[in-house]
Amino acid sequence: MHRAKVTVVEEALDANNTIASANRADFDRHDVTVVNFMSAPGAGKTTLLERVARDVPGVRVGVLEGDVQGSMDADRLAHLHVPVVQLNTGSGFGGECHLDANMVRSAIPALPLHDIDLLVVENVGNLVCPAEFKIGEDARVMVCSVTEGEDKPLKYPLMFRACELVIVNKVDLLPHLDFDLEMLLYNIDQVHPGVETIVLSAKTGEGIEPWREWLSRIAARERVTA
Amino acid sequence: VHELSLSSAIVNTAAKHADGRRVTLVSLRVGKLRQVVPDTLEFYFEFQARGSVCEGARLEMEVVDARLHCLPCDVEWAIEIPAFRCPTCGGSEVEIASGNEFEVESIEIETEENACIAQK
Repeated sequence: MHRAKVTVVEEALDANNTIASANRADFDRHDVTVVNFMSAPGAGKTTLLERVARDVPGVRVGVLEGDVQGSMDADRLAHLHVPVVQLNTGSGFGGECHLDANMVRSAIPALPLHDIDLLVVENVGNLVCPAEFKIGEDARVMVCSVTEGEDKPLKYPLMFRACELVIVNKVDLLPHLDFDLEMLLYNIDQVHPGVETIVLSAKTGEGIEPWREWLSRIAARERVTA
Repeated sequence: VHELSLSSAIVNTAAKHADGRRVTLVSLRVGKLRQVVPDTLEFYFEFQARGSVCEGARLEMEVVDARLHCLPCDVEWAIEIPAFRCPTCGGSEVEIASGNEFEVESIEIETEENACIAQK
């Protein structure tokens, strides 16, 4: 038996990217803009969706909820009467820590693509893994909260670089915290110069309007380019 | 632990190119910006390779330095911390020259004949 070297030179995630492209083609066919919504666990993604999902001007929003287990987040959104589809990653080792293109593909038949303009995919709470896997989205948004520490952009650069909008949440807590907001914004700018940021509080509603407007704008942008 | 999914992607990529032949070595290029933990990747690779043509194969990793290139200044530099502004002009028109790689560079396969294997 002999051994031979075979040159490959192929991005190992090409298979995922191919499926992501197929997802995106399906979404485009239905004129649905897709936002991949990412953060650490507990940063406030679901609350931010509760705030705006029912009321983005001129845009019908749907949500795909990615969780390792359970439907708590989807249940929280149910009262808004917007389409919510639950996707659990649980299998094997107790569940994947992120959504990949194939998981999203499996959920497409359940999505009412004819009835929505904007699909927000709430990824599994995690600052590392989701950044690696495209799912067929048009835009990526991440949420970081002021309870997480100013150094997070430097520790998770991939995530902070992967998105085109960074939301800084929970600013209502600033009076109670030893947190330097300027330092966080500086670190975000170091890791991803020029990235758009919105500083807000999902709890009090402060700064929620720019978030709503951003969603409206992204849906309009994709309609023009589609 | 994205290393679990990443190692499965490596096994699939290698298996596709092996075309049914047994793989003894997978050579990978991993950029420093990918946040991949080599030991963890190796651990999961061994696990994911079981039952495939990659079972028992060695995983070899070349770590690629993170280098940035400023378009207006046309200078290139290596980074150790994730600061993506140009140190010369402070600007943001900076592209990643290297460090984003996550590719299977080559595989070593077992073959009956001592011949060169042409890649299709």
